[in-house]
Amino acid sequence: MARNPQPIRTSAFAAPFAAGIVIVMILAALGAVASRADGAVRFGPADWAALRFTLWQALLSALFSVVFAIPVARALARRRFRGRGLLVTLLGAPFILPVIVAVMGILSVFGRTGWVSQALALLGFEPLSIYGLEGVLIAHVFFNMPLATRLLVQGWSAVPAEQFRLVGQLGLPPTVVFRTVEWPVLRQVVPGAFALIFVICLTSFAVALTLGGGPRATTIELAIYQAFRFEFDLGRAAALSLVQLAVAGGAALLALWILPPLVMQAGRDRSPQRWDARTLTVRALDCFWIVLAAAFLLLPLVAVLQAGVFGLFKMPPLVWSAALTSIWVAIFSTVLLIALALPIAASLAHRKRGGLESVTLLGLAASPLMIGTGWFILIHPYADPQVFALPVTAAVNTLMALPFAVRILLPGLRQAFTDYGRLSGALGLHGVALWRIVLIPRIRPQLGFAAGLTAALSVGDLGVVTLFANPEFATLPLQMYRLMGSYRTDAAAGAALLLLALALAMFWMCDAWGRRHAAG
Amino acid sequence: MRGGEDMLRVESLRVQQGAFSLRADFEVAQGRRVAVIGPSGAGKSTLLGALGGYVDVADGRVHVGTRDVTNAAPDERDIAMLFQDGNLFPHLTLAQNVGLGLRPALRLSKAESDRVHQALRRVGLGDFAHRKPGDISGGQQSRAALARVLLQGKPLLLLDEPFAALGPALRVEMLELTSEVVRETGATLLMITHAPEDAEQAADDVIFVDDGRVHTPRAVADVMADPPEALRAYLGR
Repeated sequence: MARNPQPIRTSAFAAPFAAGIVIVMILAALGAVASRADGAVRFGPADWAALRFTLWQALLSALFSVVFAIPVARALARRRFRGRGLLVTLLGAPFILPVIVAVMGILSVFGRTGWVSQALALLGFEPLSIYGLEGVLIAHVFFNMPLATRLLVQGWSAVPAEQFRLVGQLGLPPTVVFRTVEWPVLRQVVPGAFALIFVICLTSFAVALTLGGGPRATTIELAIYQAFRFEFDLGRAAALSLVQLAVAGGAALLALWILPPLVMQAGRDRSPQRWDARTLTVRALDCFWIVLAAAFLLLPLVAVLQAGVFGLFKMPPLVWSAALTSIWVAIFSTVLLIALALPIAASLAHRKRGGLESVTLLGLAASPLMIGTGWFILIHPYADPQVFALPVTAAVNTLMALPFAVRILLPGLRQAFTDYGRLSGALGLHGVALWRIVLIPRIRPQLGFAAGLTAALSVGDLGVVTLFANPEFATLPLQMYRLMGSYRTDAAAGAALLLLALALAMFWMCDAWGRRHAAG
Repeated sequence: MRGGEDMLRVESLRVQQGAFSLRADFEVAQGRRVAVIGPSGAGKSTLLGALGGYVDVADGRVHVGTRDVTNAAPDERDIAMLFQDGNLFPHLTLAQNVGLGLRPALRLSKAESDRVHQALRRVGLGDFAHRKPGDISGGQQSRAALARVLLQGKPLLLLDEPFAALGPALRVEMLELTSEVVRETGATLLMITHAPEDAEQAADDVIFVDDGRVHTPRAVADVMADPPEALRAYLGR
């Protein structure tokens, strides 16, 4: 029998309204930018270099992340050991880790005076120098290898347990298992993971700002910032913004078709038991990859903790006021995100594919710096843009989190409509009552997770705020960046620890709200 | 034909779902209890779905009482309906679930709250008001859903096999309770069933549905005594 249509009404105008806000925020910025890009726009050699570097580093970042992720994910998928769950959870951590904190950790491990360099010096080698392409790649792999790994582990966990039982019973060798069971999943997941990471890295700013720079390692995003901040050349910033939009927007549209569904909910990891890959060599190899990945992810965090504890007492009072500002930014972003993501996701849940989804992807493609530049241009003639630093920063952070949030909320809402659409219709539940009584309770865990993600991303964001900052206004990541820039390493380390704690605490609070009284 | 006014009037109704089409043209008098029987895939659920407002109607009209409800939303048809599953929200207590029958926004006054508890007591769930559906048995869940129907007080009740998952004894019990609820609210009842004995126990009339064709209602005793050919084949007599 055919499935019934869903006689459920959320709100006819909420979704177009929310989508409209997103579009207006982006298009207004784009229009403002474009209006400045007329006339004598010089797109010089430095700009071409930025474009080349942007594409090149994104390609390499995606490549290394996925190639590193495959053996790690394979090992995680077929081994069970104590701490495995913790490690899988840890793979989700880089997503909510403030970039600047990770950069500091990476510098402590791989930097010129870092642990690896110190070890090399003992052996009589030159210390590492990671500023430039190497540093950018290490940071991007640090952030995105875990994402690729999770997508792969998730893909392999979805293989029916019966297949692995059969594999074990027949005693199939690893090569055959790879061909018959593992390869089909890889073929499905890898292109999407690669595309996602490529798009994310295209608009990378904070990493390039801290680890790149100079003529040989400047991304377009960073070039926008420099044109704006150092030369106040709005025309050039505008031209670069348009290039960035074309590059990232084009890539995002291409990626739209192959993007994997994002199920990033922790604690949903139930891998089937496996009986293959029992030889000592294979086991040793798996162990090697797991230890390597764990060390690569954990050592920078350990470095941050260790240095931070000492630095906490050397922080200037400015750090505390910046922390307060950051908390406000995060709260504002999260509230706005919920107001935008819920109606858009609900509207998407009704249809199979919709234009609305591309609206959310605009957030992924449009560069934050472009939007920031645009709004600066818009506000400038009428008021001091710095007065609007907080709302603009918060709103741009919301736009960046929106595509992820919508994808997190969508499956739960679809399920809620399928299971309770008829009943809600029969009882005449719609509008606010429908959200309050049915939908929110049903998607509470996902909503908490999405809100937590947004809060953490927003509190740790070092992007558009750099355009609007002045000596009196700074968020915590920006304050930390300034401390690093003025070589107050201890104070910066303290700020890093504070920022890490804030991001984790905000994520945890929202996520815990979602899990508490989770609907049965 | 029979005494009383028609509560449900279906005029040249046609539903199209791919290659399958369903046609219906019948009336049900106020207060009758009608069993809808027929083979799987014949269109019983589609018929009730179309009456309830969950299935798009290609052609024809549906009247409930004196109102034409063909294009009305499910909650604006004067119809209460119970489905095979998902009749209760698992995250709400029984009192809240039942309360939804009075007020979709769930802000109940003291008097309304009293009525909810009264309805729960009526179906034997007086002590379960604050439990959630997951904590009670399947039979108790059915009782809770019936308590809500009681409060909704709609003139027409449609049952799409809500008791199918229950054992035979429990099903008989639920059918009895349903009959009582229908009597107390004066509602007209249409219920899908697979078991002819259910029809004999709890219905006055039978509507036979076969391959998209909805036969007009006939008294249970007549039909069972002298079933038409297709029904005879279905019943295996």
